[in-house]
Parts: sequence; C-alpha cells; structure tokens
Amino acid sequence: MTEYVVLSAILFTIGCVGVLTRRNAIVVFMCVELMLNACNLAFVAFARQHGNLDGQITAFFVMVVAAAEVVIGLAIIMTIFRTRRSASVDDASLLKY
Amino acid sequence: MTFWILAPIMVVAALGILFVRKAVHAALLLAVVMINLAFLYAVMDAPFLFAVQIIVYTGAILMLFLFVMMLIGVDATDSSVETIRGQRAMAVVLGLLFGAVLVIGVSQVTLGTVVGLDDANEGGNVQAIANVLFSKYVFAFEATSALLITAALGAMVLAHRERLTPKATQADLAAQRMRDYADHGKHLGPLPSPGVYARHNAVDTPALLPDGTAAESSVSRVLAARGTVRSAPAMVDDIDDVRRQLSGLDGHGDPTEMPETSGKDGAPASTTEDEK
Amino acid sequence: MNLLSHSVLLAAEGPANAPVVSPDTGAGGVFDLLWLVIGLPLLGAVLLLGVAPFLPASLKAAVDKHGHLVGTAAAVLSFVLSLVLFVSLLGRDAEERQVGQHLWTWFETGQLSVGMDLLYDQLSALFLLLITGVGSLIHVYAIGYMEHDARRRRFFGYLNLFVAAMLTLILSANFVGLFLGWEGVGLASYLLIGFWQHKPSAAAAAKKAFVINRVGDIGLTLAIALMFATFGTTDFGGVSELASQADQGTLNALGLLLLLGACGKSAQVPLQSWLLDAMEGPTPVSALIHAATMVTAGVYLVVRSNFIYELTPLAQTTVVIVATVTLLWGAVIGCAKDDIKKALAGSTMSQIGYMMLAAGLGPVGYPFAIFHLLTHGFFKANMFLGAGSVMHGMNDDVDMRRYGALRKAMPVTFLTFAMGYLAIIGFPLFSGFWSKDRIIETALADNLVIGLLAMLGAGVTGFYMTRLMLMTFFGEKRWAEDVHPHESPRVMTVPLIVLAALSVLGGVLLLGDWIVTWLEPVTGHVEHHEPPLPALVITLMITAVVAIGVAAAWFLVGKREVPREAPQDVSFATRAARADLYGDAINDGVVVRPGAGLVSGLLTLDRGGIDGAVMGGAAAVRGVSSTLRRVQNGFVRSYALSLLGGALLVVLALLAVNLG
Repeated sequence: MTEYVVLSAILFTIGCVGVLTRRNAIVVFMCVELMLNACNLAFVAFARQHGNLDGQITAFFVMVVAAAEVVIGLAIIMTIFRTRRSASVDDASLLKY
Repeated sequence: MTFWILAPIMVVAALGILFVRKAVHAALLLAVVMINLAFLYAVMDAPFLFAVQIIVYTGAILMLFLFVMMLIGVDATDSSVETIRGQRAMAVVLGLLFGAVLVIGVSQVTLGTVVGLDDANEGGNVQAIANVLFSKYVFAFEATSALLITAALGAMVLAHRERLTPKATQADLAAQRMRDYADHGKHLGPLPSPGVYARHNAVDTPALLPDGTAAESSVSRVLAARGTVRSAPAMVDDIDDVRRQLSGLDGHGDPTEMPETSGKDGAPASTTEDEK
Repeated sequence: MNLLSHSVLLAAEGPANAPVVSPDTGAGGVFDLLWLVIGLPLLGAVLLLGVAPFLPASLKAAVDKHGHLVGTAAAVLSFVLSLVLFVSLLGRDAEERQVGQHLWTWFETGQLSVGMDLLYDQLSALFLLLITGVGSLIHVYAIGYMEHDARRRRFFGYLNLFVAAMLTLILSANFVGLFLGWEGVGLASYLLIGFWQHKPSAAAAAKKAFVINRVGDIGLTLAIALMFATFGTTDFGGVSELASQADQGTLNALGLLLLLGACGKSAQVPLQSWLLDAMEGPTPVSALIHAATMVTAGVYLVVRSNFIYELTPLAQTTVVIVATVTLLWGAVIGCAKDDIKKALAGSTMSQIGYMMLAAGLGPVGYPFAIFHLLTHGFFKANMFLGAGSVMHGMNDDVDMRRYGALRKAMPVTFLTFAMGYLAIIGFPLFSGFWSKDRIIETALADNLVIGLLAMLGAGVTGFYMTRLMLMTFFGEKRWAEDVHPHESPRVMTVPLIVLAALSVLGGVLLLGDWIVTWLEPVTGHVEHHEPPLPALVITLMITAVVAIGVAAAWFLVGKREVPREAPQDVSFATRAARADLYGDAINDGVVVRPGAGLVSGLLTLDRGGIDGAVMGGAAAVRGVSSTLRRVQNGFVRSYALSLLGGALLVVLALLAVNLG
C-alpha cells in the first residue's frame, strides 16, 4: 500500500518541479495536471486501504475541477497568446514592483 | 506486480515531461502517465475511475491541450536557458527536499492491513459510486455542475473576440474592388483559372496567356511559396509522351504533324520540382 | 521689613469680615428699569453695527450721516436713567441700598447656575454715573472730533458697545457676568485702539493691548474657576458669605489671581506696557477707555472683591507693592515723553497706581480709591479731551516740542486744561487735592515707606504735568509753518467746560466724609488709624513736595528754550523713561524671547526628534520595502517557488509535531 502513496509523492514532486522550471504555459499546465493526478492516485489508494468509496468520489470531483480549470486556464493562455504572441509565463510579468 | 511494471514507466515518463523541449512531446508523455494511472486505478478496484481517466482525462482534457497547442503553434519550443536567476537550482533543491520529506513521512506511517473494496463494490463499482455520489455528495455534485457551467461560460467570454469594425457587405467589397482598380489599376475581374491539361492535375500549373507566357496569378500563392509550381514548358515531356504513345498505338503516326506546343528547339525543361 | 508690617499686623488681628452682599431683588419702581441702562447703549451698538450695514443703500447713507446722534442719544439717555436711579437710591434707607434684578438664567450646568443678575448698590451707582456721564460728554465731544472721519457711524457703534460692556461689568451681580463685561470692554478697546487700522502702528497697538489683556484675563478666569470649585457659586452674595470659610491658601490664590486680572486691565506693572501704545486710538477713545473708565475696572474688581482681599493679607500686600511700583513707574515715564497723549498715559498709569494703592490698604482705603477714581475720571478725561482739542488745532500733531504758546490760540482749551492740571497735581481745593491727599495720608498711616513713595509720586506728578503745560501752552511758539492753531468747535469745548467744572468741584463728594459713609455698606466700616503726623502737616508736606516738582519743571523746562527736536545726548534716566522704562524690553526679555526660544526649541525637537523618529521609521520601512519589493518580480514561477517553500515548511512542521 505504501508504495502507491510513495509513487504519488514522487509524481507530485515531479509535477512541482515542472511547474517551477518550465516556461511554456501549456507545459506548466500539464505539470499541474500531473500533480492533480498524483493526488488522485493517493485518494484511490487510500480508498482501497480504508475500504470505502469516498476516496474514489473525491478523485472523481478532482477530475471535474481539473476539467473546469483546464478549460479556463487554456482560454486565458489563448487570450494572452492572442495579444502577446507568446505562451511563456515569464513574458506575462508586468504586474510587479 | 502490475504496479512494479507500471510505476517505473510512469516516473520515467513524468521525468520526461521535465526535460523534453517540445510541448507536444510533453503532452504525449503525460498521456503515458495518465494511461498507466488508469491501469493502476483498475488494479485498485476502481473500474469507474479507470474509464473516466481514459475517457475524460486522456481523451478529452489532453486533447484540449493538443488543440490549444495547435492554435498557438505546435513547434513552439522552450529555450533551455533559465531567465530567473537561481530559479532552476532552487526549484530542484526544494523539490528534492519536498519529495524526500514526503517519502520519508509516508514511509514512517504504519497503514495496517488493507481492507479492500470487495464489500464496498458489491453489486458493482459504478452502482456503489452512484449510491454515494447521489446521496452523501449530492450537493457537491450539484455544485460541480454549476462550476462546469461557469467554466464553460468563462471560456466563451475569454475566447470571444469583439468585432471592432462592422462586417463588410457585398456592396462594400465591390466598392473596394472598384477603388483598387481606380487607384492602383488592380485587375477588376476574377483571377484566371490555372491551366487545364488533359494529362495533368493542373492546379499547380499556370495557364498560358495568348502570347504563350504563363499567367502567374492563375496559381495559388501558397503553391508559389512552396515552390511546387510546374511551368507549362515543362509539360513538353508529357506531350511527347502522349504523342509517342499515340504513335505507338497507331503505328504510323507522324511526329511533325503534331501541333507544336513547346519551345522552338523543343528541348525539355526540367521542372522546379525535380530541382528540389 | 517695614514693608511687611502691614500684613503682619492684619494677620495678628485675624480676618476682618467684609460686609456680605445681599441685594434686595424686589425693589420695584424705577429699579425695574435697571437693565435699560445697559440695554440702551447695547441697542445703539446693535443698530449702528449690526443693522446699519444691511440696510438699503439710501437708508444706509442716512444712517452713516446721522448715526452718531443715535449713539449719543443712547449714552445720554442711559446717563439720565442712571441719574434717576441714583436719586431713587438716595431716597432709600442706608440698609436698603443694595438693589438686585434677576433678568434670566444665563446657563445652568451641573452644580453651576449662572444668572443674568444685576446688582445696583452704592459702588455701582457711582460707577454708573461716572461711565454714563463722562461717556455722554465724550460722545458729544466725539461728534466734533470725528466729524471728518468717513467711518463715524462705526466709531459711535463701538463706543456704544464699549459703554454697554462696561455697564455690564459694573452692574453684574456675579463674577461670570463681570467677566462678560470685562471681555466686552477688552473687545471694544481692541476695536477702538485699532480704529485707524490703516496705520500699522494702530493695528499693532490694538493687538498688543488685546494680547496683554489676555494674560490678565487668565488670572480672572482661573479665579472664577477657583471660586466655583471652592464655593460652588460665583455670585458676589454667595462668595462674600462663604469667603471666610475657605482656607488661607485658596484665598491667597484667589486674591493674587484677581490681582493679575486687575493688572492686565488697569495697566499695572508688570502688565503695563500696552497702555502707552493704546494711545494710537482716536483721542476720545483714550479719554473714555484708557483714562476715565475701562482702565479703572481693575480698581473696581479689587474693591468689589473686598470680601476676598480682607481675608488675604498676602494679596493685599502684593496689591500695595504693585500699586506703588506702578505709580512711580508711570510718573517717571510721564516725565520724559514728548508725545502729549503718551505723557498723559504715563500719568494715567501713575494715577491708577494711587487708586490701587488705596484699594490695597483695605476698608480704610476703598472709599478713597473710588473717590480718586471718580475725580481722576473727571480731570483726566478733561485733559485728554483737551489734548485732543489741541491736536485738532495742530493738524493732529502730538509732539509737544512743536506746540508752545497755545494759550492765546485756544483759550477755552487752555483754561479747561489748566483746571485739569491743577486738579491732578493736587492744587489745594481742586478735586485731585482731596482725593490724592487722602490716599497718601492713609498710606502713611499704614506704612511709612509706602506713604513716602506715594508722596514722592505726587511730586513727580507735579513735575511732569507742569512740564506738559509749559511745553504746550507757554513759551515760544514752535509750530510748523503750515499749522494754524484754532479753537475747537462748540460741540467739543462744551464737554471740556463741563469736565473742567467737575475737575474743580469733584472734591465736594468728600464733604462731611460723604463718600466714606456712602460706601461703608459695601466696603465695610473701619476705624481710621491715626496718621503718624497731624493731617494738616501731611497736607502741607504733600503740597510742598508738589510745589518742588512744579518749581523744578519751571526751572528745567519753562526757563529754557525747548528744542524742536528731542536732544539725544541725555542722561540714562531720561533715555530709560523715553523707552517706557524698558517695559517692552523687559517683556521681550522675560516672556517673548524665552517663549520664542522655547517654541523654536520645541520646533527643533519636533522636527529633529519626533519628526526624525517618525520620518526615520518611515524611511527605514521604505528602505526595507524597496529592497523587499524586488521579491515581487512579476514571475509566476518565483511566486510558485515561495509557495513550495511554504508548503515544505508546513509539512516539516507537521512531521516535527507528529514525530516529536
């Protein structure tokens, strides 16, 4: 059982590092998805551990939220790209000191 | 056993996302991770989630990624030069620390025996999930529907582009064309159609003007840019071919009786395509 | 130690209780019109100042032209009413001569209830006559004096306002009402000193008078507050009843605070310096406010508060010392001034010193203080108006060095002025002779040193007044070419004649000790101490001292040529006297400069210390922030990194708690 959770932690960490190092907004989003999926894995694993379906339900909700998030996020990326011709998160850095 | 096969693949694929430079490759590697994850769900007595993961996640969400990627340019690649000083090193250090702490923390925990979902899934996993979802989590479920509608509306608002000038009508377009003709002498009528020849799909072949020169405007600009335009003289070969076949068929054909279609010397001209 | 023998003596005798004030509020008859005495001039002021500016243009022009008649009529009617009241009061028995009138309750807050109450007794009756009588004469005089002033209506409005305020001061039956009048006359004084506001010196003088008066007012305000705290009331009746039950410290404080108030209003040392500058006002103002009436308010305050001063020998002694210093101070200044009005102002200061001296001597002196106040009101108003008449004829020149030999040019002015002159130096049988003589006599009986100083003051008075007379009316004429001195119009000389007559005849009030008997119910009865010498000897001595002063003036001024420009190579004493005995310099050195130093020190502390700390703190925060704001670099990934760092810390903390 522990191995599932450890795998989940590793995937989550990789997602984290991806968010921090990649600059293409779409790839950053993918890394966020990776983190969400890592969480789902942990949820499903614990659902089996405890013998009830709440974990699976939660994973289901996470997927729904992720879907909504992706839709909005990608729309924002599109809008930014439309005006700035760039999908790099570093280019959208005007809101600063 | 399944886990030990799938887990390394997932980790490698996930690490791949960090290192590949093309976004498309990252998407594909993510698809690998997700499909493997779906298998793990299946292993962990969650067939419904297995299906949802494949259909919704891999099928829908990831495809959405690819669509957007196509819209904003597939070949956009990340430069490997870090622009924020210390960001990459700090990210790696903190990430490793975080992962280590998580792994250590998780491994400290004694989880006890696995209960398993055999009891919970009695009568079918989908039915069991539906029982819980539409009773205990019904309000959360309703809330997600609101969330999804909001997200859909938001996406529409964000993607919508306001028209700044009124749409040009037929009359406007005609007037514009006349104006262009008056100001710049631009050709008023439709462009000439490309040359039509019996033996060739002639979209890439310019029509011949009455004086025998090619009408360049009769070929699509895209083809011209690609350099795949065939010139009419290049078809002398084809014509010769046809003539030879014809004469071979009749047995008494006279080449001189055939109409002259190429240059005076009749030398074959190589097509631009051949040069490529 | 001789100085203190007076107070030691009184302390040994124990507190002498002053009469309790208990007015009869149901007198009825003409006394019900008491409020009208104040009301008439107040109405005049309201009409001339409050209503007139808002009238239509044509009507306003008429009011501007004839407004002075309204003002004068108000003052004269008020005088007539005062006269009727006085006669009615004479008709009552001695015990029933305190008449009160409750108009309305002014304000009521907590335990303090202050009524708009009036008190008409022997003391206020005399004051009423003086103020309305001299006030009316000066109103009449001012009609002529201010004839060519475009703002005559406003001037008469201010005069009426002053009269109303002064009458409020005199008639009020409690200290708060008195304070109302006190501030009212201060305001009127300010407005009238600065009446010619286009002159910077007049504006500055008005401001100076106002500010220095505020210093005195603080004393009076604190005294009133202390009275309320101690006795729970500010009525004369209540305070006079309860005064003997208060402890000595409170009474001392009350006496000294009231004295501070009196010093401010009456130009006593150390608050004397405003009076000389106040001469910037029109001459009728100097005569009415800064000679005859307002400046004597301090004397009135001390006499009225006799129930407090009787219980505090310390404050009484202080009054005596202040008065003695002032009477000499003013006299010395009067000796050196070439400005006729300032010489008279110095004299006024000195004469008020005499009054205060008498007031400080206790019940035995109070009647003489009031007596001298009245006679001084007559002869000083007379002389000021005379000086105004001279200035009127001399194109408003005030420098006596450019006068000379005016007795032929303006005989009426000369003669009336001479009456005032004889009265003030104490020429036998003139009013000043009686009043001053009695004060010096009483002072001698009380304390030898004080008495001798007062006598010396009389001599100096003889000197400077003779000097003034000689320089103005005798000797060679030293006028400028374009000056053609002429007698003033009838409207100005008639008041002069009346006042001259009063100056001569003022002494009749002392016939049969009338004024002493009259005031006894207010000031208390006391046996006269026998003076160290027979009264006649003292009188002769005083007359001799005055004669020496006059003779000295004759030899120093009359026998010599008076230069048209004041000589500069003069003795230190003269220079000091010309500079008002450095009164302004002392104020400057003792109060203004330390005050300015304190303020600039506080300013430096505020700027350097407090502002420095505040601004420094702000600058430090700003500096740190401008460094820290670099963290907000706009890169989402940097923010995410901090997020991860935070998450790491949270997880570490969780682990630490769980494992620990």
